Amino acid sequence: MAETEKTTAAAPAAKPKKEASPATKALRKVVSDVYAAAWTAKEQGRPIGWSSSKFPAEIAETLGLAVVYPENQAAGIAAQHDGERMCQIAEEMGFDADICGYARISLACANGAITTNEGRRVPRPDFVLCCNNICNCMTKWYENIARMNNCPLIMIDVPYNNHVEVDDSYVQYIRGQFDDAIVQLEKISGNKWDEEKFKQVCANANRTAKAWLKVCDYLQYKPAPMSGFDLFNHMADVVTARCKVEAAEAFELLAEELEEHVKNGTSTLPFPEQYRVMFEGIPCWPDLKALFKPLKGNGVNVTAVVYAPAFGFVYDDMDSLCRAYCKAPNSVCIEQGVDWREGICRDNKVDGVLVHYNRSCKPWSGYMAEMQRRFTKDLGVPCAGFDGDQADPRNFNAAQYETRVQGLVEAMEQNKLAKEAKAQ
Amino acid sequence: MSIYTMGIDVGSTSSKCVILKDGQEIVCKSLVASGTGTSGPDRAVAELLEKSGLKKEDMSYILATGYGRNSIDWVDQQMSELSCHARGAYHLFPEVHTVIDIGGQDVKVLQIENGAMVNFQMNDKCAAGTGRFLDVMARVLEVNVSDLAELGAKSTKKIGISSTCTVFAESEVISQLAQGSDKCDIINGIHHSIANRVAGLTHRVGVRDQLVMTGGVAQNSGVVKALEEELGHTILTSPITQYVGALGASLFAYQKALKK
Repeated sequence: MAETEKTTAAAPAAKPKKEASPATKALRKVVSDVYAAAWTAKEQGRPIGWSSSKFPAEIAETLGLAVVYPENQAAGIAAQHDGERMCQIAEEMGFDADICGYARISLACANGAITTNEGRRVPRPDFVLCCNNICNCMTKWYENIARMNNCPLIMIDVPYNNHVEVDDSYVQYIRGQFDDAIVQLEKISGNKWDEEKFKQVCANANRTAKAWLKVCDYLQYKPAPMSGFDLFNHMADVVTARCKVEAAEAFELLAEELEEHVKNGTSTLPFPEQYRVMFEGIPCWPDLKALFKPLKGNGVNVTAVVYAPAFGFVYDDMDSLCRAYCKAPNSVCIEQGVDWREGICRDNKVDGVLVHYNRSCKPWSGYMAEMQRRFTKDLGVPCAGFDGDQADPRNFNAAQYETRVQGLVEAMEQNKLAKEAKAQ
Repeated sequence: MSIYTMGIDVGSTSSKCVILKDGQEIVCKSLVASGTGTSGPDRAVAELLEKSGLKKEDMSYILATGYGRNSIDWVDQQMSELSCHARGAYHLFPEVHTVIDIGGQDVKVLQIENGAMVNFQMNDKCAAGTGRFLDVMARVLEVNVSDLAELGAKSTKKIGISSTCTVFAESEVISQLAQGSDKCDIINGIHHSIANRVAGLTHRVGVRDQLVMTGGVAQNSGVVKALEEELGHTILTSPITQYVGALGASLFAYQKALKK
């Protein structure tokens, strides 16, 4: 059984903090540079954009515009334990505590609240870019940012897709909006659209996506050469800098480091891997330690997250770019969503699924009960769900979470024993 | 020579202990109506040892479970209450495939295969549908929790009580009292409110007979009956329903003792 065995050994002395690897340092620098570039642009009198995470970044990058990402900013603020205070500021402004924690943090910032996380302070926006493929709360959230700052909003509407394939009519509808966004951003930037530069930007984005997918694929090794939790941190680069060559290079360097780990039989996971799970949903950023503790205590590595296919898309031209932006986690039908996740679970050999019922993300959490049913039926693995929040620590209870993780581990162990008995 | 093992279930509202002899016979059990963070666990163990005439040293293995399991640091091992309820229910009902445990602050639905828990669902953070919900309602109605089943059985009229939130439901009960509704009808409505919420959770796992209910709320025949109606399945309960988690812990302790 996977219980907590009592030991009499003395607790080890606190280890000095391990130095980050060259790839991790490079990835951190890429994100820091995005924020620094926004401040530089502001100082030089150039316009600053605030953009949703799955807006076609290729357009702004081609036109040389400095852009920052409120979702990434909110995650960083929450991880540095300033999320609750910022959420409360937004609530005092009149935003309901039931709406997304990222939205509340971002709206507080949009209204001039200053976060204690200095690395995630951003200049106020001169324009706002929103693509509602990843979230339907986003439409009103970004409208409010634009209204508060009296600046233009470029909205790209991506319809929910009831089919696995993207219909040509969807592509036409989205292409029309992309073309209009280009015209509007030409005016804002004062630059003309350059098709050759666009091709180079797309090549960079494709290179980043391929390197990101390669990094994610290393979790297929058993035992894995890294902690799957690392991917949550590396997400920042995919969100904020996927069109930049530096992001591609940093991910390629990370892939090389992981290859070395595989060759040497080592891992960045700080404990022996006994069980492998898919972690479903966005992590509770303010409570990463509490999230990790029972996983570490029970030898559980997260070897699958849905971010790999969600952000690792590769395309050829503007139309296939439109098609790619249709495929965000909350804009695809449940069959597509299940297919993505079950594919990763099979490839990455998971023993169970840990589902975050995220109070901030109703669309994502709403379909999880049905997905859990399908995972159990199709994959034959146990699933456990827990209540939490990506940014607001008031919605997470560590004791409840620990019991669910321990229960999942015990169920995985029983499942494993039953499968072994059947095989004999 | 006999092997004695002890299971301690430290819940949110009560502490339960069982001493098992040779993995079969319950030698002694104790219950103190105070749970984790109180003197309850220590008092329950002291009462158990006094009643049984046994000492801690006579135990081959001691295993703690329940919400407060990690606060008992002198035991040999801790395990989740999920596995312990599954194990205890299987011992009492060898044909069990589904267990519903309604405890002081949570609800669990367990899927059992050959005595082992293979999947489960638990309630969200809200206390609606748990033992705490009944405690709050009993206080408002000025009745004992132990009298709820008998009073609810006298109901002649159906009254709907919200199942979404304990605080909202409490307001509804106060409104019903203010309107002069019969307490028995309100209590019956409360039982159905719990049953409605627990049934939703149960359907996520799926019901397979035998269906067993464990935990303190299983002593309330009004809730059990309402849940049977909601699920359309017969529910089995045990006279020692409050001790099923501790029993499971003592059974796992016995397995461990044999391997020692």
